[in-house]
Amino acid sequence: MQRITIDPITRLEGHGKIEILLDEVGEVANTYFQIPELRGFERFCVGRPVEEMPVLTNRICGVCPEAHHMAAAKAGDAVYGVEPTSTAKKLRELLYMGFYFTDHTTHFYALGGPDFVMGPDAPVAERNILGVIHKVGLEIGGKVIQARKYGHTVVEMLGGRKVHPCTAIPGGVTKGLTEEERQKIEGMGRWGIEFAQFSLQLFNDLVLGNQGYVDLILGDVYTHRTHYIGLVDEQNRVNFYDGKVSVVDPDGQRLGKYAPAEYTDWIAEHVEPWTYLKFPYLKQVGWKGFVDGNDSGVYMATPLSRLNAADGMATPLAQAEYEKFFTTLGGKPVHQRLATHWARLIELLYAAERLVELATDEEITSPHLHTVPTKTPTEGVGIVEAPRGTLTHHYWTDERGILTKVNLIVGTTNNYAPISMSIKKAAQSLIHEGTVISEGLLNMVEMAFRAYDPCFGCATHSLPGQMPLQVTIRDADGQVVDVLSQYCGNS
Amino acid sequence: MSDNGSGKPKFAMYWAASCGGCEIAVLNIGEKILDVDAAFDVVFWPVAMDAKYHDVEAMPDKSITLTLFNGSIRNQENEHLAKLLRQKSAILVAFGSCATEGCIPGMANFSSTEEIFTAVYDTISTHNPEGTRPKTEWMTPEGIVLTIPQFYPMIKTLDQVVDVDYFMPGCPPESHQIAAVVDLVIQALAGKATLPPKGSVIGAGGSTVCDECVRARNVKKIDKFVRIHEVAEVDPTLCLLEQGILCNGLATRSGCGALCPGVGAACIGCYGPAADVVDYGARLMTAVASVIDSRDPNEIEAILDGIPDPAGSFYRFNLAHSLLRAGKPAVSGNKP
Ligand code: SF4
Ligand code: SF4
Repeated sequence: MQRITIDPITRLEGHGKIEILLDEVGEVANTYFQIPELRGFERFCVGRPVEEMPVLTNRICGVCPEAHHMAAAKAGDAVYGVEPTSTAKKLRELLYMGFYFTDHTTHFYALGGPDFVMGPDAPVAERNILGVIHKVGLEIGGKVIQARKYGHTVVEMLGGRKVHPCTAIPGGVTKGLTEEERQKIEGMGRWGIEFAQFSLQLFNDLVLGNQGYVDLILGDVYTHRTHYIGLVDEQNRVNFYDGKVSVVDPDGQRLGKYAPAEYTDWIAEHVEPWTYLKFPYLKQVGWKGFVDGNDSGVYMATPLSRLNAADGMATPLAQAEYEKFFTTLGGKPVHQRLATHWARLIELLYAAERLVELATDEEITSPHLHTVPTKTPTEGVGIVEAPRGTLTHHYWTDERGILTKVNLIVGTTNNYAPISMSIKKAAQSLIHEGTVISEGLLNMVEMAFRAYDPCFGCATHSLPGQMPLQVTIRDADGQVVDVLSQYCGNS
Repeated sequence: MSDNGSGKPKFAMYWAASCGGCEIAVLNIGEKILDVDAAFDVVFWPVAMDAKYHDVEAMPDKSITLTLFNGSIRNQENEHLAKLLRQKSAILVAFGSCATEGCIPGMANFSSTEEIFTAVYDTISTHNPEGTRPKTEWMTPEGIVLTIPQFYPMIKTLDQVVDVDYFMPGCPPESHQIAAVVDLVIQALAGKATLPPKGSVIGAGGSTVCDECVRARNVKKIDKFVRIHEVAEVDPTLCLLEQGILCNGLATRSGCGALCPGVGAACIGCYGPAADVVDYGARLMTAVASVIDSRDPNEIEAILDGIPDPAGSFYRFNLAHSLLRAGKPAVSGNKP
């Protein structure tokens, strides 16, 4: 077999690498998605004081430092058995809603959305934020910049810095809100609700109004019948900051809900020798390899998972969209990965509505920011819902609150197995008898990736959707048939 | 974005072992990013554009006017790119804490690879009865050898592998400082400003975070250290150190505007050592000792014992670059 090399990148260490292995007849035998980097926060956080974890672990990821900041603060609360003041909890959540608002906006307009707005057949060079602006109009660009800026402003106001906030500590926060700041945030939040509605309308007009796109969403290539998890409140509605993790099976049946401290009863991680990243799975179902179905412990944790794992949204406008989502797509759960983009916009609307709720809460400007811990610190788990999946921080300390052990299960890692499965499926649909549709393959893999919004900054160091890919295809003798590479996402 | 024929100066930005925060910080400079686009041809910036290493390899030496390099050196690829970009760039800037001093992930240098692997692959939630570890070479059941790069046991800073022209501190550098540096380079290229001497720290101030801090210092002495979450009410206007809360402001370079003390949190030192500080930890120690209300060495020691994590507090961001770097027992026999 002849070796065809398309645009080789000789060295791609530190980034994602995909190997596609073909059998004798040239059909896909297997695929391997390798993550070639590790940093070891679990090790070097040992010896550090637990109150510093919010500012140490946010350096795991510059894209979602807010998520690590919050999970670490909550794990710190748990280590001390301290209940933060009601105002402190609301301020943390308010900051977090500002973060979600920016993050989901960025993903939809710059990373995941362009595939839809421009159409999956549009040239790669046009499937980016500039393409969207050209197609939909210039004022949309202004709105997107505005939306991102508003979210950042909330984070900076409450967290002290635009990147790597520093105000959450065990028992509360160090920074309160003045009435003037509160009014500003309320105004931005109200604008944000309109922006989210506008975005959903855009999705409705461009995507749902086009049968071709609907067919693409509902098609088999992007469908996996897996389990789903997501954080929910007491009424089983989606919550980003607090609650229990709801687990549903591929039929949509709730297997149960676990509190943060119970996560080891539910989640386990599998190690493979060919990658630095681990594969989490549902412990009670078990690791059966890279397969879907009720008997496989593979689960997903994304905006789509959260909608599947919950019974609804906690705010009225988002709830109406939630109902429309499942009616349109044929009921719960929705297994089609591309529907994640729509789910993300529903979450964007929820984040904006929740932001206004919190900004108009009468306690929000109270000066009661902190409860001083009185108990001896021991062990604790903190869980938040990061945009890219359930984030778990588990700490053990000595009696002074110095860390003796750390366990982390970060957002994107939850989805490592399903992402690997999506890659295999895309490869299988496009490679037959050794014939490779190069451009199509990269596009399809890329679209599969973008639905998950993988952020291997949490595992290695790439921005969401900017996963640089190298795909190596080998025949049954191990000979390289083709090498395809590109930065996944070029916006 | 790139237009190689325009004759404009060329700009590159690269992330080695980085969290992505430095890239976000650059994107956060807002409208200024348009100035970058107007003044430069962006020839290589993996976050913002499709880019190939071999395009860089094909460029003439020193043809990239300005390269901002963020992230530390963690594997062969990082090192390769550092050398390549050094060769191709007229001005190479170590951008952000990871590139200048190793940052928080640099604390990995306290541990050996095996200790890190054990902490990651033998956790309470990991089902790993066979003690599986990632292998640099592994044979699949299909009979193909898969490779992953070796995990470098030591994190290195950019200037530990190549010659660096300027150092820009911060984790990440604050947006207004980035904008100011971009402006300076644009002015210098137009002949309207001169660049500082090679080796200078840019995008930061010449004094300490304390000098930028609005909190009042009364030269009060302390008789014990307290931890921030143990304090019922932190005085919003008084120096944190004088309240017994360990704040790194005294040893840390100015430039951020004392952001963290401004919101009631201690400075953890992300802007690196203040000017003329050879060893950050040693300077901080001296600074801390100066506020202790005692002359009795035993008492001083007892008060210093109230600092919960001296190693972390003093070398949190700069371990990879500090004097401590060499000869640590944990990493012996474990050379990069
Ligand atoms: S210096 Fe800080 S923001 Fe920049 S890459 Fe390193 S950890 Fe991230
Ligand atoms: S106050 Fe200290 S830790 Fe905070 S941003 Fe400034 S230099 Fe960094």
